[in-house]
Amino acid sequence: MKLIVAVIKPHRLDEVKEALQAFGVQGLTVTEASGYGRQRGHTEVYRGAEYTVDLVPKLRVEILVEDDDADQLVEVVVKAARTGKIGDGKVWTLPVDTAVRVRTGERGPDAL
Amino acid sequence: MSPEEALSATNVAYVVICAAMVMLMTPGLAFFYGGMVRVKSALNMLMMSFISLGIVSLLWVLYGYSLAFGGTSPVIGNLDFIGLRDISVDQGELVAFVAFQLMFAVLTPALMSGALADRVKFGTWALFVALWVTVVYFPVAHWVWAADEGWLFNQGVIDFAGGTAVHINAGAGALAAVLVVGKRVGFKRDPMRPHNLPMVLLGAALLWFGWFGFNAGSALTTGSGSPAAMMALNTQVATGAAVVGWLVYERLRHGAFTTLGAASGAIAGLVAITPSGANVNPMGAILIGLVAGALCAWAVSWKFKLGFDDSLDVVGVHLVGGVVGTLLVGFLATEGAGLEQFGKQALGAVAVMAYSFAVTYLIAQLLQRTVGFRASEEDETAGLDLAYHAETGYDFSQAGSGTVAGSTVTAPADRAAGQKKVDA
Repeated sequence: MKLIVAVIKPHRLDEVKEALQAFGVQGLTVTEASGYGRQRGHTEVYRGAEYTVDLVPKLRVEILVEDDDADQLVEVVVKAARTGKIGDGKVWTLPVDTAVRVRTGERGPDAL
Repeated sequence: MSPEEALSATNVAYVVICAAMVMLMTPGLAFFYGGMVRVKSALNMLMMSFISLGIVSLLWVLYGYSLAFGGTSPVIGNLDFIGLRDISVDQGELVAFVAFQLMFAVLTPALMSGALADRVKFGTWALFVALWVTVVYFPVAHWVWAADEGWLFNQGVIDFAGGTAVHINAGAGALAAVLVVGKRVGFKRDPMRPHNLPMVLLGAALLWFGWFGFNAGSALTTGSGSPAAMMALNTQVATGAAVVGWLVYERLRHGAFTTLGAASGAIAGLVAITPSGANVNPMGAILIGLVAGALCAWAVSWKFKLGFDDSLDVVGVHLVGGVVGTLLVGFLATEGAGLEQFGKQALGAVAVMAYSFAVTYLIAQLLQRTVGFRASEEDETAGLDLAYHAETGYDFSQAGSGTVAGSTVTAPADRAAGQKKVDA
């Protein structure tokens, strides 16, 4: 199994979700995150004092998938999250040893 | 009821209602300032204003009113009305005046709290409020408002509702206190963004509303010829103009119309029209508002250049705005405008500024060297809310869950059983 981790722009979540559902993915986890890449942050002004805010809000989406689906699903996520502008985020995968469905105790791909 | 009695009854009702409106300004100020600080000391900022409602209300009836409005000396009142003795229930207009002026005495020291955000000991601040109103506010209020007695009153200085006695006084005092207490840890290095701008705007709105009581209420009378209505109108006009003035300056200089700028502009306009609004026409009020808005928008940048951490710009808004209104009315007054009146206005502004700065500096030094004014760096960095109030302003746990990972909230009943110290 693999864990796909995607850090995306918050407003792209619906597109990513729909694309994954269309592919048949059963579940995902979304966390609010903040960070920066090449985009860096933005500038805010308070009574003339300008602050550079490095960290911009992002969503971290995690999806557990079977090995065979991983490459294709990465493409699905990338396509759905892309706006073409700087700050679109990143997607990467990690190998996963074990997964257990808490309710039934099923293990491995059966737990997905 | 004779016409005189009817007018008296109307005046009492008017002044009592205005007093209640001015009371609301202090919590309004608490929200205005509270939203501008970082989360970790937000409650402390609210409390620095709120405590004044407690302390000064007591001092005012114990001896404050007497020191401000008793006797015939030009510099300070006396103790004839200590504990408000010899003032009885049938002196309705006088009692209403005492209550109305009480609210001014509560608000003025609270104004200074913004300059000292995030870094002073709460107990010392409470002591500072008590000392400051006693040796700075009560005498200065006497100078300006004790009719036919105070020396600035007799000089003919126009200060209808408190440009000198309230705003220049608090602004100069704030500067002195800042110089004693020093900068916040991380000033000019760490970002110190307002944590809740909607709260700032709400506070500004409460202040704006209450300010009608503050300004128009200072007329104290409602009969024909009362300046109350013109003052109310000019309060609105100048404040609107100052919002525009601040935002235009900001858009040109910094590229955005900020919410904080709109709220700050409103306060700058309210401050500037406070001394002047009963003596100018609405065209004069527009000019005063525009100048105050734009000038204060520039003045709030001085602290970065000069390196004093007037955290929430009490100097830039209240001192500068107060000076703008106090000086401009010398030229814009509908009667007696000119260099001579301008000279009187400048005298009033400078006298209050010098006295407040010098005496506040001494009080702050005295407190710093005895009980300590500045909070410990550890408390300041961790946040004053926990250090002095044993609370946090916001529960950041997931909405609706009621349990927080890693923290256990013990119900009061359980605690009483488990801990002998708790006196439940």
